[in-house]
Amino acid sequence: MERRLTFPASEEAIRELRAGDSVLVDGHIIGIRDRTQVRIFDQGVAPPIDLTGAFLLHTAPGVRKLEGGKYEKVCIGTTTSARMVRFTEPLGRDYGVRAICGKGGLPDEAIEPMKRLGMVYFAIVGGAAALETTQIEEIEEVYWEELMPECLWKFRVKDFGPLTVAIDSHGASLYHDVQEEAKKRLEDLYARL
Amino acid sequence: MSTVATDLQHAVEDAAAHLYVWALKDIPQDLRDALAEAAGRETSIPGQRVLQTILRNVEVAEEEKNLVCQDTGIAVYYCRVGEHFPLHPARIYQALYDGTERATVEHPLRSNTVHTLTRENTGQNVGYRVPIVHWDFVSDWDGLDVKCVPKGSGSENMSFLKMCVPADGVAGIKRFVLDSIVGAGGKPCPPGIVGVGIGGSADYAMHLAKEAIARPVGTRNPDPLVAQLEDELKDLLNETGIGPMGLGGDVTVLQCHIEHADTHMTLNPVAVNYQCWAARRASVHVSADGVVDYDREF
Repeated sequence: MERRLTFPASEEAIRELRAGDSVLVDGHIIGIRDRTQVRIFDQGVAPPIDLTGAFLLHTAPGVRKLEGGKYEKVCIGTTTSARMVRFTEPLGRDYGVRAICGKGGLPDEAIEPMKRLGMVYFAIVGGAAALETTQIEEIEEVYWEELMPECLWKFRVKDFGPLTVAIDSHGASLYHDVQEEAKKRLEDLYARL
Repeated sequence: MSTVATDLQHAVEDAAAHLYVWALKDIPQDLRDALAEAAGRETSIPGQRVLQTILRNVEVAEEEKNLVCQDTGIAVYYCRVGEHFPLHPARIYQALYDGTERATVEHPLRSNTVHTLTRENTGQNVGYRVPIVHWDFVSDWDGLDVKCVPKGSGSENMSFLKMCVPADGVAGIKRFVLDSIVGAGGKPCPPGIVGVGIGGSADYAMHLAKEAIARPVGTRNPDPLVAQLEDELKDLLNETGIGPMGLGGDVTVLQCHIEHADTHMTLNPVAVNYQCWAARRASVHVSADGVVDYDREF
């Protein structure tokens, strides 16, 4: 199903999404990465902005700093999410995050907390940064600049996507299904080696 | 150094700076063809969505003169140096280092290189033993070929080595490659190029796998036995159903390239190095008198 969603979003809106849906996103999204989340959860530093209903993008953007301190986009794309899976539950539980977007998927341990807390994982196309950059209208805020490029970024986006709902809030994960199917197929393939 | 050598070092530095940015923005035609062919045969809905987005992204990169992918990678160069090329490899290395740094500052490009323990950034995509250079020396020749392959971490993190035993045979090699690619799932940005290195030693097998990913897409190993294995593995991998970005589908890999070396009678090493769909690659030829030709592929 084709959908459009504006962030920040409500739990109700997230619960309507089903694995396999195609989604275009408008509004505000937050860029984070490994070091940003290590600071929040391992070093206990609360994020400087409200993340209720937020859409988090796994990114370390390429940017240019302008006079006056503002940042201009150069090339913004998405990194591999699996490295950051352990932050899924606390992001939803402690900060009310509703969506995590990245590439390559989250392992099965993300399925249960996403179901319980009302969260989704959006799959973006890794490497498609030229296109993604055109869908980011502006870098509105940058926090924790000393972690460059793994700062906390606030972007305003328009027609961001197409994203695929790869893990929904009802316990379905495309990655889980693909792996189960691949394991079955491997048994058959081994027999032909 | 003589004036000729100084000029030549500058020519190689200029070439490296140009190659790095060129590779990041303009993916080669053989890869574009392979991606279009993949889109032509993918039947899954999410898989088709991914491939259409990839094709659109390649066009947007061209229109906007932007990078195809934000991961400027670690700069890897492959050099073929003629024995009569008048610049010593030590100077060629310095030129590649300086060219990489210059491109990073001037564009600007995201700098990714960090100290491996402190994780502190070491500069403009250069550092201790970075960029990484593969060397090949050619007798009875006075030219230099340089290929730049900016290698992103999403795919590089999906590298695997297994010291199979000889009794595992070719079936053991195939099984390990299959298991590696299924295990990698969507993380290395499939569909890409699976580089496989077989034989040699543990380190050399991985070196060969890295050489394999840098070949023009769809070329075949000159050894017919190895070429046959490339075809077989490509087909087997595409039967796993992993699909574009791991969301399920018919196209899991664009190609499988294999490089091999003879090995010890009790060794059977297999290395896998993945290259993402944005298999960036650009080549240049530098003649002994410093003339630079950007169209030469090797």
